[in-house]
Parts: sequence; structure tokens; C-alpha cells
Amino acid sequence: MTGTSNPAAIAVRGLVKQFGRFAALRGVDAEFAAGKFYVILGDNGAGKTTLLRSLAGLAQPNRGTVSILGQSPRQAARLIGYMAHPSLLYDEFTGLENLRYFAQLYGITSDEPCVSAIHAVGLDPALTRPVGQYSQGMRQRMSLARAILHDPQILFLDEPFSNVDVQSTRGMAELLRGVRDSGKTIFLVTHQAAVLEGIADEFVWMRSGLIVARTTTLTPAQENA
Amino acid sequence: MSLLSPVTRATLLKDIRLEWRSKDALNSMLFFSLLVVVIFSFSFDPNAEESRQIAPGLIWVAFLFSTVVALNQTWARELRNQALDAYRVSPASPNSLFLAKTLGNFLFVSVLEAVMAPLFVVFYNLRSLGPVWQLLLVGALGTYALVVNGTFFAALSLRTRMREIMLPVILFPISIPAIQAMVEATHVIFTGEGTIRFWVVLLLTYDVVFTTASLALFGLILNAE
Repeated sequence: MTGTSNPAAIAVRGLVKQFGRFAALRGVDAEFAAGKFYVILGDNGAGKTTLLRSLAGLAQPNRGTVSILGQSPRQAARLIGYMAHPSLLYDEFTGLENLRYFAQLYGITSDEPCVSAIHAVGLDPALTRPVGQYSQGMRQRMSLARAILHDPQILFLDEPFSNVDVQSTRGMAELLRGVRDSGKTIFLVTHQAAVLEGIADEFVWMRSGLIVARTTTLTPAQENA
Repeated sequence: MSLLSPVTRATLLKDIRLEWRSKDALNSMLFFSLLVVVIFSFSFDPNAEESRQIAPGLIWVAFLFSTVVALNQTWARELRNQALDAYRVSPASPNSLFLAKTLGNFLFVSVLEAVMAPLFVVFYNLRSLGPVWQLLLVGALGTYALVVNGTFFAALSLRTRMREIMLPVILFPISIPAIQAMVEATHVIFTGEGTIRFWVVLLLTYDVVFTTASLALFGLILNAE
């Protein structure tokens, strides 16, 4: 299952991930090209989030390998941006305070990338409210700002549009289009794929821990399954 | 602070600021210690000599229990929005996190001890017959012994179902040598009989051994599922 002629940004070989007796991933083999926007689709329990966490290095596979730009996920940590369903932020801090801390984990000491990232997601860096008082949509956007602040080559995004209003969702989708157009690879799990029709390069369909189809349009994948 | 890596320093400052805003750990520890002091002072009515005999054990057991409260709180805030995952996907070293958490806990427990020590003196009519400055040495080494182990085992029990029960179950038995050294050394200082040298060496050895072991193993603990 190779993507395009671009060099593979992500290569997955025989990836198996089990939780007890339940196999969340059952031997996933795939390559994903650099500079493309991939949307991962599938029912609940299909293995989308587990695949994403395995690619980001957060879940250790039982078998198989993951290569991110030729390195292990741990070695490629500086090249990866990760956004999960929970915000991964500290509720007691403002958005800027959160980003300042996470920036330092990447060796960034200047405020400028943090401020730019917050502007990019349509929020105000001068907000003095702690993140715990943000709406769910604002929290999601600040979480995306955290994921992009160190200018990663590959973005792993898990349900970035959940609980975000329609207008903000469109804004975030456009932001992601810009990120992809700047040469970054995006790997996004969502149940709201319609908003990415015309933006995403490929829709990756998962079922029962396997990739069952890859399409360039948001069409049912049964014929490929 | 210049001895610390930038990530350790940033994480330590982050924890101090979070604690300053939430006061989760300090309030719980203070309340718990205060309860111990008051309840035991009602239960016993010791004279000065009896106080010197029982107070060392009482003080350190109170601080041990309070430390567990602090340890649970400092890791719980990392789990609240899965903020720990943001650290795990970053290139920052696991040991930087461990050192920052250990130093943060050391600071919080030291603050508690500084506040509670005068209360112990008043409620138990304590008059030391030995050099009081030695208490600072024993207190620092003993507190570090509790928090270095506690930080490690609190991280180990992080993903267990009953982590608040698991921590004392694991921590207390392994802390027995340190507790014994702290109690015996404090007893020597209070009564002015003998020397604390052996107990200080034991505490130092304990601190070095457990710091080394924790640093060697913390990466595995942090990335375990």
C-alpha cells in the first residue's frame, strides 16, 4: 500500500498492537508520502487512535516497526507534532503559559513561536483566562497550537474538530491546508471527514485493526475492502 | 538552578507555579499533618522526657503519610488532560522530568516540614538536648529519601487502577531503612545521647542508591502502558 511517488514520511511494517487479548492493530502495512494530508476513517474500535499513538511513539507495538522519516518515533520526536482528544494542556495556566512550557521541551526559549502558533489557530495570546475556563472549541484550538508551535514536519491529529463549531472547524481545516501546502505531512483521525473533502490528499479506511482501503475522494470504500 | 538542565528547570518552575495556583498538594498535606498533630496530642499527654522518646517516630510517620498525599497530587495533575503525553512525544529526556518532580516534591514537603515543626514543638512540649542544627541535615536527607522513592513509585503506580492505594503499599516497605535512620537520628538529637554519623551515612547511601536506580529505570516507567 504505497501512497505516491514522494519519499515515504511514514513507513509501517506488520504493526500489531494488543491490549490483553484484544488486537487493536492486526498487522498494518503501509507507507505514507511526505507533504501529503491523510485522513484516517473508520468505525469506533477500528484502530485509528491506536495507529496514531503508535506512529507518535506513545503506544509500543507488540510486533512490527514504525519509521518516521527513516527514524524511530522516539528519535524523530522533534519532527512530530501530536494532538490528542484530551487537550494535553494544564488547566491552571493561560494558553501562552502552556505553550511557553511546552516550547522549552523543544529547546525554544523565545515567545515568538508561541505567539505565532496561537495567532495561527485564531486565538488571542493576550488572553489571561486559564485554559480550564476555555470553551471546548478554544481548548481544541489551543491544543493544535501546542502541536504546531515547534514547526514539526509531521502532524498527528486525533479528532481535532470534536466539539468545535462549524466556523472554527472550517478555519482549522484551512489552517491545516496551509500547513500541508508548506510541505508538512498531516495524519488526521476524524469522524467529520466531510469538512476535509477537497483539502485532504487521501482517505485511509480502517476496519478491525487493518487498513482496508485508500481513496482520494470521500467515497464508500466497500468495493476496496 | 544552573546545575539543572533547561527542561528540568522549566518543569520544576512549571510545577511550582501550578502548585502555587492550585495549592492542591500543600493544602492536603498541611491538613493531614495538622490532623495527626492534634489527634495524637489529645491521645497522649507526655512529659518532656516522654516526648523526646515518641516524637521522632510520630514526626516522621506524619511526614511520610503527608508525602504520599503530595506525590499523588503532583502526578495526578499530569494525567488530568493527559499532559504527560505531550511530554512523552517531545524530545525531552525522561530523567529531566524525574529530577524536576523529585525536586518539586522535595520543596513542597520541606515547606510542610518548616510549617509543622514549630507545631510539633508546641503540642508535644519538645526540648532537644542535642544540637538542633543536625535536624536540618537529617531532615534534608530523610525528606529526599522519601520523595526520590515516592516520585518513582508514584510514577510506577500511575496507570494502575487503585494508584492511591498502590503507592503506600509499594512505598512504605521500601522506605523502612530510611524511616528507621530518620527516626533513630532524630532520637539521638532529641536525647543528646550518641552520634548520628551512622544514620546519616545510611541515609546518604540510601539516597544515592535510589536516585541512581530511579534514573536508570524511569524511562521504562514513563513509557510503559
